[in-house]
Amino acid sequence: MDSEKFDTLLRVEDLHKSFGGVQALEGLSFTVTSGIIKAIIGPNGAGKTTLFNLISGVFPPNNGAITLEGLSIEGRKPWEIARLGVSRTFQNVEVFGRMTVLENVMVGRHIQSRAGIISTGLKLPWMRREERRIQDGAKDYLEFVGLLHKGGELAGNLPLGEQRLLEIGRALATEPRILLLDEPAGGLNTKETEGLASLIQRILERGITVILVEHDMNLVMDISDEIVVMNFGEKIAEGKPKQVKNDPVVIEAYLGEEVDYSDI
Amino acid sequence: MQKSNRKMLFALIVFLSLFPVVVLNVGAIGHYLDVMIFVGIYSLINMGLSLLMGYAGQISLGHAAFFGLGAYTSGILCTKLSLSPWLAMPAGIFLTALVAYIVGVPSLKLKGHYLAMATLGFGVIVYIFFNEEVALTGGPSGFSDIPGLTFFGLDLNNELYYYILVWSLVVLTLVFSLNVINSRIGRALRSLHDSAVAADAMGVETSRFKLVIFVLSAAYASLAGSLYTHYVGFLSPSSFDFFLSIKLVMMVVVGGMHNIWGALLGTWLLTFLGNEWLHVFRDFDILVYGAVLLAIVMFLPEGLVDLSPKMKRLWKRS
Repeated sequence: MDSEKFDTLLRVEDLHKSFGGVQALEGLSFTVTSGIIKAIIGPNGAGKTTLFNLISGVFPPNNGAITLEGLSIEGRKPWEIARLGVSRTFQNVEVFGRMTVLENVMVGRHIQSRAGIISTGLKLPWMRREERRIQDGAKDYLEFVGLLHKGGELAGNLPLGEQRLLEIGRALATEPRILLLDEPAGGLNTKETEGLASLIQRILERGITVILVEHDMNLVMDISDEIVVMNFGEKIAEGKPKQVKNDPVVIEAYLGEEVDYSDI
Repeated sequence: MQKSNRKMLFALIVFLSLFPVVVLNVGAIGHYLDVMIFVGIYSLINMGLSLLMGYAGQISLGHAAFFGLGAYTSGILCTKLSLSPWLAMPAGIFLTALVAYIVGVPSLKLKGHYLAMATLGFGVIVYIFFNEEVALTGGPSGFSDIPGLTFFGLDLNNELYYYILVWSLVVLTLVFSLNVINSRIGRALRSLHDSAVAADAMGVETSRFKLVIFVLSAAYASLAGSLYTHYVGFLSPSSFDFFLSIKLVMMVVVGGMHNIWGALLGTWLLTFLGNEWLHVFRDFDILVYGAVLLAIVMFLPEGLVDLSPKMKRLWKRS
């Protein structure tokens, strides 16, 4: 694994985070190679969403380092991290409910556009051109996630499955290098989940590295290249899906939770 | 611009064109033109406040100070330095925007009540400055003989001309504001309201846009202040006190702060109520005024702009 030095896109080292007396993360470390799908799994409360919040800058870690291609990003503001090429979706869907579906994705084009208050207020010609570019770009991403026909609807009126797709389209519109997907299959039916799996594959084909937090084990085992298993804020296993699946430590951590591997 | 906004703008311009024709031909309400000039001046401030409160989600209880800064800059430059009003006006806007920037950087880090307190404090400081710097501002008794506006030799200190000037600027400012609302900046601001964490994750630099809008709203208020000065021709601190700040916020809330058209509607209604229509109640006018406010807040918490959608909903139900 010597080539890792070149291919490591994201490195998380000895990450600690506590909320009051609750230790959410206790010394988590792992790396993500460029161009793969890495899944983070673990029982509820293992600290998966906390990890995403630390990477995307929602709050700073108490201790530890997060580096993006050697650049330290821990403790930076979320919008800075977004500009560095990390985008995400949310476990509890966070679409802009009172804006249209298209406008949601147009907000995703924010960092790819420049117009300031004067040029927007006066509608200067270059600003109009940029606005058209924003809209065309947003439409491309809507088409990519299959929501182009819903562009004019209010995002808050979409069913959950489509809101999740919209979040993915919006995140892609920022042109990230890493996409963090927080339980994208939550609340989706089997058919929708299948569609999601192929969507994630297509995202990967665009050269975007995907980090996936997910409870749907079929999906995780199907599409991930590597898996990190967490429990109580620590990493208890890491490896290829097959290795992880048969790891006795992992099986123990999941005891009590019904995990059905039979149909994989 | 969106279709609905274009229609509204067209309706507004038609109304504004017909207003003086009607008013000047009905003797008893001839002075409505004068009231309407003040509606225009306050509308300028309130469009900025609407952007700030309704779109950027920040409150300011100090906008009378920005209004005053524009007014005093124009007044002082035109009398003491005999500068042309058309130069004094942008100078006032620049100065006010600068002050807003300096005040905004630290205070916009605050939220809710704390921001309200900070802007209130700023307003009080400026008010004290107007009162105490007698050499510059004339102190509590103010100063007069501020020249009126002329436009290529045309004396604008005539109600009709001034009405046209003020409302032309209101319409231009409105168009500017609508353009901002329907741009990446407006979308960024609206996205903040629906989900701040998601807006952050999209790379929207929250604090910067709050500051930009704060400065813009101060610039609007300054322009309004200059127009006020040259119309009234006299300045004293009492025109720019804390109560004016409150009144302005009230107009925006009554009109509906989530919609810039609400700022115009609220300003129009409360100015005419306060200056004209409630005089029939004599000493009880303030009571009626309070009752009207209470009724609007109770039955139309989203403001007057919600009136027609609400009527439609009620109509459908029955």
